[in-house]
Amino acid sequence: MHELSIALNIVEIACEESQRRGNARISAVYLKLGALSGVVKDALLFSWELACDGTPLAGARLDIEEIPIAVWCPQCAAQREIAGPFEMLCPECGMVVTEVRQGRELEVRALEIEDG
Amino acid sequence: MADISTPRMVEVRKNILKRNDELARALRERFAESRVYVASLVSSPGAGKTALLESLLTVLARRYRVAALVGDLATENDAARLARSGAPVRQIVTGTVCHLEAQMVEHALQGWNLEELDFLFIENVGNLVCPASYDLGENLRMVLLSVTEGEDKPLKYPTIFNTADVAIVTKMDLAAAVEFDLDAVTRNIQAVRPGMKIFTVSAKTGAGLEDLVGQVANLRTDC
Repeated sequence: MHELSIALNIVEIACEESQRRGNARISAVYLKLGALSGVVKDALLFSWELACDGTPLAGARLDIEEIPIAVWCPQCAAQREIAGPFEMLCPECGMVVTEVRQGRELEVRALEIEDG
Repeated sequence: MADISTPRMVEVRKNILKRNDELARALRERFAESRVYVASLVSSPGAGKTALLESLLTVLARRYRVAALVGDLATENDAARLARSGAPVRQIVTGTVCHLEAQMVEHALQGWNLEELDFLFIENVGNLVCPASYDLGENLRMVLLSVTEGEDKPLKYPTIFNTADVAIVTKMDLAAAVEFDLDAVTRNIQAVRPGMKIFTVSAKTGAGLEDLVGQVANLRTDC
Protein backbone atom coordinates (compact mmCIF):
# COMPACT_ATOMS: atom_id res chain seq x y z
CA MET A 1 0.00 0.00 0.00
CA HIS A 2 2.03 2.94 -1.22
CA GLU A 3 -0.97 4.73 -2.66
CA LEU A 4 -1.12 7.22 0.21
CA SER A 5 2.42 8.38 -0.48
CA ILE A 6 1.56 8.57 -4.20
CA ALA A 7 -1.53 10.63 -3.29
CA LEU A 8 0.65 12.97 -1.20
CA ASN A 9 2.97 13.42 -4.19
CA ILE A 10 -0.01 14.36 -6.36
CA VAL A 11 -1.19 16.89 -3.77
CA GLU A 12 2.31 18.38 -3.67
CA ILE A 13 2.47 18.75 -7.45
CA ALA A 14 -1.01 20.31 -7.58
CA CYS A 15 -0.21 22.73 -4.74
CA GLU A 16 2.96 23.86 -6.56
CA GLU A 17 0.92 24.51 -9.72
CA SER A 18 -1.67 26.41 -7.69
CA GLN A 19 1.02 28.63 -6.16
CA ARG A 20 2.53 29.33 -9.57
CA ARG A 21 -0.89 30.58 -10.62
CA GLY A 22 -1.46 32.98 -7.73
CA ASN A 23 -2.96 30.37 -5.38
CA ALA A 24 -5.72 29.52 -7.83
CA ARG A 25 -8.31 27.13 -6.42
CA ILE A 26 -8.04 23.63 -7.87
CA SER A 27 -11.35 21.83 -8.20
CA ALA A 28 -10.13 18.67 -9.93
CA VAL A 29 -6.94 16.76 -10.70
CA TYR A 30 -6.75 14.57 -13.81
CA LEU A 31 -4.41 11.59 -13.71
CA LYS A 32 -3.11 9.07 -16.17
CA LEU A 33 -2.61 5.72 -14.50
CA GLY A 34 -0.96 2.92 -16.46
CA ALA A 35 -1.83 -0.73 -15.85
CA LEU A 36 1.90 -1.36 -15.28
CA SER A 37 2.43 1.58 -12.92
CA GLY A 38 2.13 -0.59 -9.83
CA VAL A 39 -0.55 1.71 -8.40
CA VAL A 40 -4.08 0.49 -7.68
CA LYS A 41 -6.86 2.90 -8.67
CA ASP A 42 -9.25 2.07 -5.84
CA ALA A 43 -6.54 2.33 -3.18
CA LEU A 44 -5.47 5.68 -4.63
CA LEU A 45 -9.04 7.02 -4.56
CA PHE A 46 -9.36 5.74 -1.01
CA SER A 47 -6.23 7.69 0.02
CA TRP A 48 -7.14 10.84 -1.87
CA GLU A 49 -9.40 12.54 0.66
CA LEU A 50 -6.95 11.88 3.47
CA ALA A 51 -4.05 13.27 1.42
CA CYS A 52 -5.97 16.45 0.59
CA ASP A 53 -7.18 17.06 4.11
CA GLY A 54 -5.87 20.34 5.53
CA THR A 55 -4.30 21.39 2.22
CA PRO A 56 -5.53 23.92 -0.38
CA LEU A 57 -6.72 20.88 -2.34
CA ALA A 58 -9.34 19.84 0.21
CA GLY A 59 -12.55 19.02 -1.62
CA ALA A 60 -10.87 18.61 -5.03
CA ARG A 61 -11.94 15.73 -7.23
CA LEU A 62 -9.51 13.08 -8.48
CA ASP A 63 -10.27 11.90 -12.01
CA ILE A 64 -8.30 8.80 -13.03
CA GLU A 65 -7.90 7.73 -16.62
CA GLU A 66 -6.69 4.13 -16.74
CA ILE A 67 -4.19 3.45 -19.50
CA PRO A 68 -3.98 -0.12 -20.81
CA ILE A 69 -0.70 -1.80 -21.67
CA ALA A 70 0.36 -1.38 -25.27
CA VAL A 71 3.31 -3.12 -26.88
CA TRP A 72 5.07 -2.88 -30.19
CA CYS A 73 4.71 -6.02 -32.30
CA PRO A 74 7.55 -6.22 -34.83
CA GLN A 75 5.75 -8.90 -36.84
CA CYS A 76 2.57 -6.82 -37.30
CA ALA A 77 4.67 -3.64 -37.36
CA ALA A 78 1.97 -2.12 -35.17
CA GLN A 79 1.23 -1.06 -31.64
CA ARG A 80 -1.14 -3.49 -29.91
CA GLU A 81 -3.07 -3.23 -26.70
CA ILE A 82 -2.84 -6.10 -24.24
CA ALA A 83 -5.94 -6.72 -22.18
CA GLY A 84 -5.54 -8.68 -18.96
CA PRO A 85 -4.36 -11.25 -18.03
CA PHE A 86 -0.92 -9.88 -18.53
CA GLU A 87 1.11 -11.81 -21.04
CA MET A 88 3.75 -10.42 -23.35
CA LEU A 89 2.27 -11.83 -26.55
CA CYS A 90 0.83 -9.93 -29.49
CA PRO A 91 -2.97 -10.34 -29.24
CA GLU A 92 -3.21 -10.44 -33.04
CA CYS A 93 -0.42 -12.73 -34.22
CA GLY A 94 0.74 -14.35 -30.97
CA MET A 95 4.37 -13.27 -31.35
CA VAL A 96 6.43 -12.73 -28.17
CA VAL A 97 6.79 -8.98 -27.61
CA THR A 98 9.20 -7.15 -25.33
CA GLU A 99 8.78 -3.46 -26.04
CA VAL A 100 6.24 -1.80 -23.73
CA ARG A 101 5.10 1.45 -25.33
CA GLN A 102 2.31 2.37 -22.97
CA GLY A 103 1.07 1.39 -19.53
CA ARG A 104 3.74 2.72 -17.16
CA GLU A 105 2.08 6.18 -16.89
CA LEU A 106 1.81 7.74 -13.46
CA GLU A 107 1.20 11.32 -14.42
CA VAL A 108 -0.76 14.41 -13.45
CA ARG A 109 -2.22 15.25 -16.85
CA ALA A 110 -4.22 18.38 -16.10
CA LEU A 111 -5.85 20.48 -13.41
CA GLU A 112 -9.22 22.11 -13.29
CA ILE A 113 -8.67 25.59 -11.96
CA GLU A 114 -11.06 28.23 -10.71
CA ASP A 115 -9.48 31.67 -10.96
CA GLY A 116 -10.28 34.64 -8.85
CA MET B 1 -14.08 38.58 -21.24
CA ALA B 2 -14.33 35.14 -19.68
CA ASP B 3 -16.32 34.59 -16.56
CA ILE B 4 -13.67 34.31 -13.85
CA SER B 5 -15.64 31.82 -11.81
CA THR B 6 -15.80 29.31 -14.69
CA PRO B 7 -13.40 26.44 -14.09
CA ARG B 8 -10.80 25.96 -16.79
CA MET B 9 -8.47 23.11 -17.59
CA VAL B 10 -4.73 23.57 -17.58
CA GLU B 11 -2.33 20.98 -18.96
CA VAL B 12 0.30 19.90 -16.48
CA ARG B 13 1.85 16.61 -17.67
CA LYS B 14 3.98 15.90 -14.63
CA ASN B 15 5.30 12.52 -13.65
CA ILE B 16 4.10 11.90 -10.10
CA LEU B 17 7.33 10.21 -9.12
CA LYS B 18 9.50 12.87 -10.77
CA ARG B 19 11.28 13.73 -7.54
CA ASN B 20 12.18 10.08 -6.94
CA ASP B 21 13.17 9.61 -10.58
CA GLU B 22 15.40 12.71 -10.56
CA LEU B 23 17.05 11.58 -7.35
CA ALA B 24 17.50 8.06 -8.75
CA ARG B 25 19.11 9.50 -11.87
CA ALA B 26 21.52 11.53 -9.74
CA LEU B 27 22.37 8.43 -7.70
CA ARG B 28 22.97 6.41 -10.87
CA GLU B 29 25.40 9.07 -12.12
CA ARG B 30 27.17 9.08 -8.76
CA PHE B 31 27.46 5.28 -8.81
CA ALA B 32 28.87 5.37 -12.35
CA GLU B 33 31.43 8.05 -11.46
CA SER B 34 32.55 6.04 -8.44
CA ARG B 35 32.61 2.85 -10.52
CA VAL B 36 30.47 0.97 -8.03
CA TYR B 37 28.02 -1.59 -9.41
CA VAL B 38 24.67 -1.48 -7.63
CA ALA B 39 22.23 -4.37 -7.50
CA SER B 40 18.91 -4.40 -5.67
CA LEU B 41 16.96 -7.40 -4.38
CA VAL B 42 13.17 -7.50 -4.32
CA SER B 43 10.85 -10.33 -3.30
CA SER B 44 7.93 -11.16 -1.06
CA PRO B 45 8.72 -11.46 2.67
CA GLY B 46 10.51 -14.70 3.47
CA ALA B 47 11.75 -15.53 -0.04
CA GLY B 48 15.33 -15.56 1.20
CA LYS B 49 16.74 -12.15 0.25
CA THR B 50 18.87 -11.86 3.37
CA ALA B 51 20.16 -15.45 3.18
CA LEU B 52 21.13 -15.00 -0.47
CA LEU B 53 22.69 -11.62 0.23
CA GLU B 54 24.72 -13.07 3.07
CA SER B 55 26.12 -15.69 0.68
CA LEU B 56 26.73 -13.15 -2.10
CA LEU B 57 28.56 -10.78 0.24
CA THR B 58 30.69 -13.57 1.68
CA VAL B 59 31.73 -14.93 -1.73
CA LEU B 60 32.24 -11.56 -3.43
CA ALA B 61 34.18 -10.13 -0.46
CA ARG B 62 37.04 -12.52 -1.24
CA ARG B 63 37.82 -10.63 -4.43
CA TYR B 64 35.92 -7.35 -4.27
CA ARG B 65 35.04 -4.50 -1.95
CA VAL B 66 31.37 -4.98 -1.16
CA ALA B 67 28.75 -3.30 1.02
CA ALA B 68 24.99 -3.48 1.53
CA LEU B 69 21.97 -1.43 2.50
CA VAL B 70 19.04 -3.34 3.86
CA GLY B 71 15.48 -2.06 4.19
CA ASP B 72 12.90 -3.24 6.70
CA LEU B 73 9.77 -1.80 8.26
CA ALA B 74 11.18 -2.46 11.73
CA THR B 75 14.16 -4.09 13.48
CA GLU B 76 17.84 -4.05 12.61
CA ASN B 77 18.07 -7.86 12.66
CA ASP B 78 19.00 -8.20 9.01
CA ALA B 79 21.90 -5.75 9.22
CA ALA B 80 23.27 -7.62 12.23
CA ARG B 81 22.95 -10.90 10.36
CA LEU B 82 24.61 -9.56 7.22
CA ALA B 83 27.44 -7.96 9.16
CA ARG B 84 28.69 -11.50 9.85
CA SER B 85 29.95 -11.52 6.26
CA GLY B 86 32.45 -8.83 7.28
CA ALA B 87 31.09 -6.33 4.74
CA PRO B 88 29.91 -2.87 5.80
CA VAL B 89 26.12 -3.00 6.17
CA ARG B 90 23.59 -0.32 6.99
CA GLN B 91 19.97 -0.83 7.93
CA ILE B 92 17.26 1.42 6.56
CA VAL B 93 14.29 1.25 8.91
CA THR B 94 11.37 2.53 6.87
CA GLY B 95 8.80 2.69 9.67
CA THR B 96 5.44 2.44 7.97
CA VAL B 97 6.72 2.75 4.41
CA CYS B 98 6.43 -0.54 2.51
CA HIS B 99 9.24 0.09 0.00
CA LEU B 100 12.56 1.91 -0.38
CA GLU B 101 12.75 5.26 -2.17
CA ALA B 102 15.76 6.92 -3.77
CA GLN B 103 15.89 9.54 -1.02
CA MET B 104 16.24 6.81 1.65
CA VAL B 105 19.14 5.28 -0.26
CA GLU B 106 20.83 8.66 -0.63
CA HIS B 107 20.40 9.32 3.08
CA ALA B 108 21.73 5.90 4.08
CA LEU B 109 24.86 6.41 1.96
CA GLN B 110 25.93 9.52 3.86
CA GLY B 111 29.48 9.22 5.08
CA TRP B 112 30.35 6.29 2.84
CA ASN B 113 33.04 6.76 0.26
CA LEU B 114 31.62 5.04 -2.82
CA GLU B 115 35.04 5.15 -4.47
CA GLU B 116 36.11 2.48 -2.02
CA LEU B 117 33.45 0.04 -3.22
CA ASP B 118 33.14 -2.34 -6.18
CA PHE B 119 29.65 -3.63 -5.37
CA LEU B 120 26.75 -2.23 -3.41
CA PHE B 121 23.68 -4.34 -2.75
CA ILE B 122 20.33 -2.86 -1.74
CA GLU B 123 17.85 -5.23 -0.14
CA ASN B 124 14.36 -3.79 -0.50
CA VAL B 125 11.51 -4.27 1.95
CA GLY B 126 9.81 -7.66 1.43
CA ASN B 127 6.98 -6.68 -0.92
CA LEU B 128 6.21 -7.60 -4.53
CA VAL B 129 3.97 -4.60 -5.25
CA CYS B 130 5.17 -1.18 -4.13
CA PRO B 131 8.94 -1.43 -4.83
CA ALA B 132 8.12 -1.80 -8.54
CA SER B 133 7.30 1.91 -8.85
CA TYR B 134 10.49 3.29 -7.31
CA ASP B 135 13.78 3.56 -9.17
CA LEU B 136 16.68 3.47 -6.69
CA GLY B 137 19.40 4.24 -9.22
CA GLU B 138 20.52 0.61 -9.26
CA ASN B 139 22.22 -1.03 -12.26
CA LEU B 140 20.51 -4.36 -11.77
CA ARG B 141 17.19 -5.28 -10.19
CA MET B 142 17.01 -8.88 -9.08
CA VAL B 143 13.62 -10.38 -8.26
CA LEU B 144 13.63 -13.46 -6.03
CA LEU B 145 11.04 -16.20 -5.91
CA SER B 146 11.36 -19.15 -3.53
CA VAL B 147 10.28 -22.67 -4.47
CA THR B 148 7.72 -22.67 -1.65
CA GLU B 149 5.75 -19.73 -3.08
CA GLY B 150 3.85 -21.28 -5.94
CA GLU B 151 4.69 -21.27 -9.61
CA ASP B 152 2.14 -18.61 -10.62
CA LYS B 153 3.65 -15.74 -8.64
CA PRO B 154 5.05 -14.01 -11.75
CA LEU B 155 1.54 -13.94 -13.24
CA LYS B 156 0.09 -12.53 -10.02
CA TYR B 157 2.74 -9.80 -9.70
CA PRO B 158 3.63 -9.03 -13.33
CA THR B 159 4.75 -5.44 -12.72
CA ILE B 160 7.65 -6.29 -10.43
CA PHE B 161 8.76 -9.16 -12.70
CA ASN B 162 8.47 -6.92 -15.73
CA THR B 163 10.60 -4.18 -14.18
CA ALA B 164 13.32 -6.56 -12.93
CA ASP B 165 16.44 -7.50 -14.90
CA VAL B 166 17.06 -11.03 -13.64
CA ALA B 167 15.01 -13.58 -11.70
CA ILE B 168 16.47 -15.82 -9.02
CA VAL B 169 14.67 -18.94 -7.83
CA THR B 170 15.74 -19.55 -4.22
CA LYS B 171 15.59 -22.44 -1.72
CA MET B 172 16.23 -25.00 -4.47
CA ASP B 173 17.23 -27.48 -1.74
CA LEU B 174 13.50 -27.67 -0.90
CA ALA B 175 12.34 -28.09 -4.51
CA ALA B 176 11.69 -31.83 -4.37
CA ALA B 177 9.90 -31.66 -1.01
CA VAL B 178 7.37 -29.12 -2.32
CA GLU B 179 7.17 -30.67 -5.82
CA PHE B 180 8.35 -27.43 -7.34
CA ASP B 181 7.84 -27.16 -11.10
CA LEU B 182 10.76 -25.19 -12.55
CA ASP B 183 9.41 -25.46 -16.10
CA ALA B 184 6.13 -23.83 -15.06
CA VAL B 185 7.93 -20.98 -13.28
CA THR B 186 10.18 -20.46 -16.27
CA ARG B 187 7.13 -20.32 -18.54
CA ASN B 188 5.36 -17.85 -16.26
CA ILE B 189 8.40 -15.58 -15.93
CA GLN B 190 8.93 -15.62 -19.68
CA ALA B 191 5.24 -14.76 -20.19
CA VAL B 192 5.56 -11.49 -18.27
CA ARG B 193 9.18 -10.70 -19.12
CA PRO B 194 10.34 -12.48 -22.28
CA GLY B 195 14.06 -13.16 -22.38
CA MET B 196 14.69 -12.63 -18.67
CA LYS B 197 17.67 -14.60 -17.36
CA ILE B 198 16.70 -17.00 -14.56
CA PHE B 199 19.08 -18.37 -11.94
CA THR B 200 18.38 -21.22 -9.53
CA VAL B 201 20.18 -21.15 -6.18
CA SER B 202 20.26 -22.56 -2.70
CA ALA B 203 21.86 -20.31 -0.12
CA LYS B 204 21.85 -23.30 2.21
CA THR B 205 23.81 -25.77 0.05
CA GLY B 206 25.57 -23.17 -2.10
CA ALA B 207 24.21 -24.71 -5.32
CA GLY B 208 24.07 -22.21 -8.19
CA LEU B 209 25.80 -19.46 -6.23
CA GLU B 210 29.02 -19.62 -8.20
CA ASP B 211 27.15 -19.13 -11.48
CA LEU B 212 25.21 -16.18 -10.08
CA VAL B 213 28.28 -14.53 -8.55
CA GLY B 214 30.19 -15.01 -11.81
CA GLN B 215 27.43 -13.40 -13.86
CA VAL B 216 27.05 -10.45 -11.48
CA ALA B 217 30.80 -9.90 -11.55
CA ASN B 218 30.74 -10.00 -15.38
CA LEU B 219 27.92 -7.47 -15.50
CA ARG B 220 30.04 -5.06 -13.50
CA THR B 221 32.97 -5.50 -15.88
CA ASP B 222 30.69 -4.89 -18.87
CA CYS B 223 29.10 -1.72 -17.55
